[in-house]
Amino acid sequence: MNSTLHIVQQEIPLTWYLLLSAVLFCLGIVGFLIKRNLITMFMSIELMLNAVNLSFVTFAHQWHEVKGQIFVFFVMMVAAAEAAVGLAIIIAVFRARATLAVDRIDLMKL
Amino acid sequence: MNGHLHLWLVPLLPFTGFLINGILGRRMPKAAVTAVALLTTFASFAVVLNATIASTSGVPLPYTEICSRPWINAGSLHIDFSFVLDQLAIVMLLVVTGVGFLIHIYSVGYMHDEESYWRFFSYMNLFMFFMTVLVLAGNALLMFVGWEGVGLTSYLLIGYYFKKSSAADAGKKAFIVNRIGDFGFLIGLFLLLATFGTLTFSEIAAKLAANPAWSGGILTTIALCLFFGATGKSAQLPLYVWLPDAMEGPTPVSALIHAATMVTAGVYMVARMHFLFDRSLFALNLIAIVGAATALFAALIALVQNDIKRVLAYSTVSQLGYMFLGCGVTAYSAAIFHLMTHAFFKALFFLAAGSVIHALGGEQDLRKMGGLRKKIPITFWTMTIPVLAISGIPPFAGFFSKDAILYEDFLRGSGPGGEILWFVGIVTAMLTALYMCRLWYMTFMGESRSPGLHPHESNWTMLGPLVILALLSTVGGWFGIDRVAAYLRPADGSIPEGGSWQLEIILSAVAVAVALIGWYLADRFYRRQPGIPGQFVAKFPVIYKVLSNKFFVDEIYGFTFVKPLLAGSKYLLEWVVDVGILGGSAWLLGGIATLGGAVLQRWQSGNLRSYAAWLAVGAAVLLLFVLAPYMFGAAGINITWAGH
Repeated sequence: MNSTLHIVQQEIPLTWYLLLSAVLFCLGIVGFLIKRNLITMFMSIELMLNAVNLSFVTFAHQWHEVKGQIFVFFVMMVAAAEAAVGLAIIIAVFRARATLAVDRIDLMKL
Repeated sequence: MNGHLHLWLVPLLPFTGFLINGILGRRMPKAAVTAVALLTTFASFAVVLNATIASTSGVPLPYTEICSRPWINAGSLHIDFSFVLDQLAIVMLLVVTGVGFLIHIYSVGYMHDEESYWRFFSYMNLFMFFMTVLVLAGNALLMFVGWEGVGLTSYLLIGYYFKKSSAADAGKKAFIVNRIGDFGFLIGLFLLLATFGTLTFSEIAAKLAANPAWSGGILTTIALCLFFGATGKSAQLPLYVWLPDAMEGPTPVSALIHAATMVTAGVYMVARMHFLFDRSLFALNLIAIVGAATALFAALIALVQNDIKRVLAYSTVSQLGYMFLGCGVTAYSAAIFHLMTHAFFKALFFLAAGSVIHALGGEQDLRKMGGLRKKIPITFWTMTIPVLAISGIPPFAGFFSKDAILYEDFLRGSGPGGEILWFVGIVTAMLTALYMCRLWYMTFMGESRSPGLHPHESNWTMLGPLVILALLSTVGGWFGIDRVAAYLRPADGSIPEGGSWQLEIILSAVAVAVALIGWYLADRFYRRQPGIPGQFVAKFPVIYKVLSNKFFVDEIYGFTFVKPLLAGSKYLLEWVVDVGILGGSAWLLGGIATLGGAVLQRWQSGNLRSYAAWLAVGAAVLLLFVLAPYMFGAAGINITWAGH
């Protein structure tokens, strides 16, 4: 064991971070699957993205690699862009269909 | 005369007429269509006439005009687009453009009430184009272009009344049968190319002249292939079957294409390549035998036909047989002489028959005619002259040319072959006189058998060409074979025969005698004792049945070739190959796609969450797949968990 790990060990173990990340991700998936409201599903996606971010940061800290942190910025940027476009689409859908229940937005079904 | 004959104008002028009438004719008034068609044809005739006069006053023959050098250039093969004018081409061109022009004039009257008048004339001009190309061609390939082209226009004009299914079928039959012959022609061309390395007539002739001992072998094969092509185009056994059916076309077409010009292309081709045929005795003998057999065979059929145009069609086949009979004993000049006189009197025959048909409002059945002599006198007289001419009664044209062929056969045939050929020819001459006089009696003599009809004489655009052709049919033979042979000798290389004038007179007398016998028989059967033919039929029903059904040749061909081909096409090609293999594989591919789509579309439920679930499951499976070795300890990598 080298000294850097030793510091982490003194604070909070790496495993916990990763477990938290996995739990958050699973919550996101489950939320996405069981919710019908588009906005809730959207939030679930954000949750999944942030879970991934957490694991990125964790590993970056673990390996002393700045790349992981840079990746997090990318993800956050994409998430912001996605939120802008996604919310615009959601508003447009709501105006057209007067509902946000995904089960009813199925006009493109064969 | 500056020595330029401008031969290229001869085909090009009718072609211009074809383009103008073919593209614009529909919107042009009839008078303009007529003017274009007649002027271009006449101008072409005038150029030929000018060239003929020039050739008698200084321009040396053969005269070659190269329009494009090289026309085709491939490897060691160089072919020029060249026209050659020699004595043979002059005679043929005068016949083609001269008779062609007269028939064009006649058509103006005959086709006047037709709906697509312009279409008729554009095809006719196209025919003139291809026929003059065929005649003027300086090499075998260019000749083949003309050869195929006249076949095409023949098809178009036979099927002119394409709404009538019999006419459309006759057109197809002519085209297909000609294709069979053309196959032989094409093989001949390939062999020529392989043997001589050139297709230019003069070069082939020079190479043969350089090897005087060369004969038989490959030359026989080439000659036979080319002759097979000629049997298709010139309606000889075994490919004559299309010509009688070709009578479905308008009568001027029958006169121009299927009597006077196109069908003689085979004879012309053999004469054009005489240097080749001269080197193969076997091919020559075969040509003579086929010619004689066809002459007799067709004359027998003509005896019992009742359609006026079919009688004439079989008579054409028979007369073409005579021409090949002449070619087969290297008497090319006699054959060309007969070709010329035949063009005159047979064109006249058809045009006069057209006038009869016109007068009777479309009736072609001899049994419904009769007594027309008084009603349409000019047509009657212009029909009488070719009857006399074809029967071989002097001084009409047919006597001289037919007599020349029979005389040469008698002299030149190898061994006793000559006498046999002559005898067949004489019997045919008798039959010719008989069936032609029969036609004449049934049409013009006795009482009308259709009292309801009121025949009327045709107008002068039709009668004018009749009178001119009648004149030509009368005097056309007066050149005499000696002068014609002397004129053609540089072109056809025939050797003067060594007979005696006593023999010539005896043979001529026999020929005239058999013609008179034929006439006497016809007079007896069809005027004095009209019951005789009926008794004859009752007595020999089998013979009559065979003859009236044209020896069942169409049926035999139908059974041996057409039926199996059609069956093969239908069952093997259509059902097995087309529907089964090709259609089946296409159907199979389509079926797989449809089936796959039907299964896969179940996933496309439109339920966003189900997609997400599938995505999650997929990701989980992937993750499992990647992590499995670590989880179950298969891989040796140690992940060191913090907090040990």
